This record gives sequence, C-alpha cells and structure tokens, in this order.
Amino acid sequence: MVGVETGGGAEARRGGEPLDILRTVMDPEVPVLSIVDLGIVRGAEVNGDTVRVDITPTYSGCPAMRVIEEDVIAALKAAGYREVAVHTVFQPAWTTDWMTEEGRTRLREYGIAPPGRTDTATLIQIGRGTRRVACPFCGSQDTEVKSEFGSTACKSLHVCHACRQPFEHFKAI
Amino acid sequence: MSHASLFEYLLRLGDDRLILGHRLSEWCGHGPILEEDIALANTALDFIGQANLLLGLAGTVEGQGRDADALAYLRDATAFRNHPLVELPNGDYAFTMMRSFLFDAYDVQLTGALQRSSHGDLAGIAAKGFKEASYHVRHSGEWVLRFGDGTAESHRRAQEALDELWRWTGTLFMPDDFDRELAAAGVAPDLASLQAGWQAMVADVLARATLEVPRVVPLTGRGYRRGEHTEHLGHLLAEMQVLQRQHPGARW
Repeated sequence: MVGVETGGGAEARRGGEPLDILRTVMDPEVPVLSIVDLGIVRGAEVNGDTVRVDITPTYSGCPAMRVIEEDVIAALKAAGYREVAVHTVFQPAWTTDWMTEEGRTRLREYGIAPPGRTDTATLIQIGRGTRRVACPFCGSQDTEVKSEFGSTACKSLHVCHACRQPFEHFKAI
Repeated sequence: MSHASLFEYLLRLGDDRLILGHRLSEWCGHGPILEEDIALANTALDFIGQANLLLGLAGTVEGQGRDADALAYLRDATAFRNHPLVELPNGDYAFTMMRSFLFDAYDVQLTGALQRSSHGDLAGIAAKGFKEASYHVRHSGEWVLRFGDGTAESHRRAQEALDELWRWTGTLFMPDDFDRELAAAGVAPDLASLQAGWQAMVADVLARATLEVPRVVPLTGRGYRRGEHTEHLGHLLAEMQVLQRQHPGARW
C-alpha cells in the first residue's frame, strides 16, 4: 500500500496499521493464535489518532472476551493511538470458517487439530455422527471422539488409534 | 410493539437460560465422569453467557439503569419468567440429561427461528445460540439414547425421568398475548409453528432410545408468567444470589 503522509505527530508516532498490530494480540486461551487468525476482528477503522475495533465473540460465554478487549486497547495505545474504542458485534455470528490458513497451520503445529469446514446440514445428527478428525501428530484418520467438550468451550477431546496419542480438536461451528 | 412487551420477552428468553445454566453448573465437581463434568460446565457457560447478553439487552430496553447483573441477582422469584421445566432440581444424571434434551430440542427450534428476528441484536444473539443449541442437543440426545437403549437400570431411570418431566413440556409452545404481539411485530416466531419440529426430533430420539412417550397430559397453566413458580426456584435463587444480596455491588 502506498502511504500518504498527512504530516504531523500522531501519524508519525503510530507503530503500524491497526490490523498489523492486532496480529500481535494473542487469544489468551490458545496463545499460538492471534485474534486476527481466529477471525474475531471484524473491522478496524482509523479516524485521526483514534481507532474503532469491532470484535465478535466466539462463544456466548467465552470468558476471554474481556481480556481480549483489554489487550486490544493496550496494544493499540502502545502503538500510538490515543483513543481506542472496542465494540462487540453479534452479526454475522462467528464461525471457525473465518480462521486463517496460517492460524490453522499454527494450531496443528501446536498439537490441536484445526477445524474442518462447517456443515450446517449435518450439524444436528444425534447418535449418527461419524465425524473423523485427522490426528495433528501423525495425520492418521483412525481417530475417535472421546468427548465433545474439552478444556475450553471451543475444543473437543479425541484419541488417535494409530499413534496412541490423545489430542484436542478445535471444533467447527 | 411496546418496550414493556419486548422487555418481558427478553426476560423470558434470558431467565430460561440463566436458570438452566445454573442448574447445570451445580454438576461442576460432581459429574459422573470427568468428561461429563467438563461437558456440563461448558454447556452451563454457554447458557449463562446467552443469559448475560439477553438480560443485558433487556436492561437496555427497560431503560431503568438495570444491567444483566441487577436482573440476575437482585430480582425475587416472583419476577422470574422462566419455564418451570428448567427450575426443577437436577435429580440423577438421567433426569438431568432428559430435561436438557427436552429443552435443547426446543431451543434448536426457537433460536433457529429467532435468527430471522426483525430485532437485529436479538437475531445476532440467537444466531450464536443456535450453533450452541445444535451441539447441546447432540450431547443430551446421545445420552438419552445411551440411557434408554442401555442397561435395564439405565432404561428404567430414563423412562422415570421422562414420565416426570413430560408434564412440564406443556408450556413451551403455548403462546400468550405477549408472544402474539412480538410475533406480529416479526421479533419472535409464532410459538405454535415450532412445535412440529420439536415433536419430530423428540419422537425420533425417544423411539431409538426404546422409551415410551408418556400418556400424561402436559400442564398448561400460565402461572409462571406471573411469577408463580415451583418451590424449587426460591431455593435455587437463594444460593445463586447470596453473594450479591449479602454484599451488594461486590466485584472481583
């Protein structure tokens, strides 16, 4: 992008564009994922030396949202933005389909199987699901769901029959 | 549609979630196995999160300066608008899962329709709620299958739970004047239109679970809409609200 110097203090002091700065703000519960990789930053608008950031929650009860909000404000203020307003938006609802490819790769390297594409047609399959998740360690498809719920709302627990490794999966929703 | 009607409606939605979320949270540290302990804590968190959003919106609509915490912790039982189904004590795990299944199957229908609400914030909250309801019902429904089609003992307990709970499902699809006013404004779905989807899902799972639909006629009294609850709600609130009642405005 071609930078246009509008001259003056605040512009010069800034440590970068908001989205680039937000790429350094990590999800407190999955610290290899930035909030941009996670897809919860829905917009960042600069007006002079103030910036407005729209974020959307992953889950209704996600306990990390307030921490994320504080981290966003701290990061942007440290980069020279004088005023930072963080707004929570609900529409459209967050989906794991918004997670970046880079984020998915980092998750896998961290030992968490990344989410597949969401499939709303088969979302509600009571007792008929055969949702296979590839093992993030050996890549085998010979895995089994142990629990739909894991250490945080966004993950489920699995075990790999090929390498005998238990692992977490970032659920597709 | 008046602000008072919208406030009333949001209380109904929020209170169901707050009370069921609290009931499920009572299993925290007491789950039959570790995975279930975690599952119910997660599900409770979803419901309490939804309640926080809905009651927060209700407070804004009301415009009297009450926030979600004030509505959750500083109202008495007579001001709560939840269905009696969600306030019943947990019982054993079959009872808890059966109650959740009957509610979750309703919640899938309700949040699915509310995503198209003419009220933007409500539609957004519902869109997230629908995703959550979808895996809630998968979890509770699979336990109904496991219990019903399991051992003689688990089958007996699941059937007993169903027999007790069935009478409390009667109010879920019974609209009153508020529901009709909200439906006419496009804010809420026509409750009666959701019933067929609920019945189909419940009948399918119960049949596969080898459980019998009880013959008891569900209760249809609307007293709970005026704050007439079972004795159980007062006990629940006493525990849930004790900290804010003893130390008003306490924060951490």
